[in-house]
Amino acid sequence: MTYKNEKLNEVKVFKDPVHRYVHVRDRVIWDLIATPEFQRLRRIKQLGTSNMTFHGAEHSRFNHSLGVYEIVRRIINKFQDKPHWNNAERLLCLCAALLHDLGHGPFSHSFEKVFKLDHEQFTQKIILGDTSVNQILEKVEPGFSQKVADVIGKTYADQLVVSLISSQIDADRMDYLQRDAYYTGVSYGHFDMERILRVMRPIDDQVVIKSTGMHAVEDYIMSRYQMYWQVYFHPVTRSAEVVLSKIFQRAKYLYENDYLFKLEPTHFISFFNEQPSLDEYLKLDEAIVFYYFQLWQEENDDILRDLCERFMNRRLFQYVDFNPNQQMQQVMKLTKLFHEVGINPDYYLVVDSSSDLPYDFYRPGEEEERLPIHLQMPNKELKELSRHSDIVEAISGKKRTDHKLYFPEDFLNELPQSDKVKEIKEILYGQGEVEYVD
Amino acid sequence: MLTDHAKLLRFFAEMKKVTGRKKLQKMIFILQACGVPFQEKYQFHIYGPYSEELTLRMEELCNLGFIHEEKEEKSNYAQYIYEITDEGIDFLYQIQPDMPDFANKAKLLQQESSRFLELTATMLFFRDLTKQEVEKKVHDVKPKQNYSATEMDRAWSLIESISHHQLPDNKQMH
Repeated sequence: MTYKNEKLNEVKVFKDPVHRYVHVRDRVIWDLIATPEFQRLRRIKQLGTSNMTFHGAEHSRFNHSLGVYEIVRRIINKFQDKPHWNNAERLLCLCAALLHDLGHGPFSHSFEKVFKLDHEQFTQKIILGDTSVNQILEKVEPGFSQKVADVIGKTYADQLVVSLISSQIDADRMDYLQRDAYYTGVSYGHFDMERILRVMRPIDDQVVIKSTGMHAVEDYIMSRYQMYWQVYFHPVTRSAEVVLSKIFQRAKYLYENDYLFKLEPTHFISFFNEQPSLDEYLKLDEAIVFYYFQLWQEENDDILRDLCERFMNRRLFQYVDFNPNQQMQQVMKLTKLFHEVGINPDYYLVVDSSSDLPYDFYRPGEEEERLPIHLQMPNKELKELSRHSDIVEAISGKKRTDHKLYFPEDFLNELPQSDKVKEIKEILYGQGEVEYVD
Repeated sequence: MLTDHAKLLRFFAEMKKVTGRKKLQKMIFILQACGVPFQEKYQFHIYGPYSEELTLRMEELCNLGFIHEEKEEKSNYAQYIYEITDEGIDFLYQIQPDMPDFANKAKLLQQESSRFLELTATMLFFRDLTKQEVEKKVHDVKPKQNYSATEMDRAWSLIESISHHQLPDNKQMH
């Protein structure tokens, strides 16, 4: 039997709180899970700083990756006898599902922004580079690693295969919504996935939903909407992200200005230079980042020390709502006043916008931007979901955006209460009520 | 502070009017690929490079009143037209993002159809491949568009004329 078709003697199972069990029978999948690159995902939290808000959110990208694999495995089982489905693509789908987040680093969102990186490019590099994952994929057949990389990069010719991993209703979202709801403890991320899997139909190059399953899909869309505002974009989590970004920004600035760190930040140097090798990238996990944050709490630089102390001890920034159209001049004034009272506004006065955390709301496919969810009507005609569902139409038409101004209120209170500090407070408190991060 | 928003406003200040979301997506991608420092992150989607970040930022700019969005109903889809407002111009004046002059490049792109920009953006997305590989990839990922050799040649010419850097030898036009 070829490696590609080799099966384990018995089905191996991983106990999973979301899907109950994750089943593995293919030798290739079993071997991929055992690679150092995949095991590294145990040391990267799925939700980054959300555990500052929801203390249960300690789950890792390892859990999520296994979950996506399991959902794709179940979808394929249901597709096996359906027209349009090519079962020769089965192993490719499973590998892509398992490996789709392989390039995520620690605190990806803030980290990538400051160091100008893209985890998706690293996913490609890990799959195609000199790694254990690549060796296994190439053992399946020469060129197989490129196929997996293409599916994950959405550039594979068979778009039906791509759509299982990445589309408006895909295994990736179906897993993280349920998993993140479970671990955060919120009640709004739940929907009937089993029902959705039963009404999915492969048609040409997309997966459509049998019209009788519309209500299950409505629930899934509502779940996406609510999880975004209640969990992913929670203002306290945003505050933690702001502090985190500023730590990375300060450390980079110090390195670029020949600051002498008490311990040379070896693991970060290639990131400061914005040229990490694959090996250096793989070495950096959350444990390493926390190690440096611990050390940097003892640094001589006041800003780096303070920001690390804030992050480690969850002493985050407060915030007020902010409208850049009406209040930009006040922010300019605040920037000047912060300088004058000795608080560096580059690190301590931060505007955070909803677009800083891109998250794909469901949008009907105007002008062919992206393929929307299609319902298959009894007469086999395809209809875009929001044209048939009042609930989805209402949500997808609502474009809610948001800007907040983050600042350390404790600093302002500790300063001698001069006219300038008074003016700062008047401007900030004039923006509306200060929200306390607790 | 809101510099990335201001950069987009600068684009609209130069363009006056942009018709179509797809066209906007591809124009920003092509300019970014040619060295204009727009920061929006792109991924490959079914119709080529697409940035959710750009979509969200546009929604913010519209909600803030800096960009005016007008919806036009076409036969089987809706088309959106974007223009900068006076408030958008005031905001841009306050922020003044540091950007090179890209107006001529952008105007060249503005004259093209969204179908052609989709092709050009897709070719640029695969710019690390050789010319032959890029063209094969375009046919693989966009079989329904059925792009002709003439269109591809014209796209290579456009890329060459707006790129900062010379293309690799295997992508030079003959």
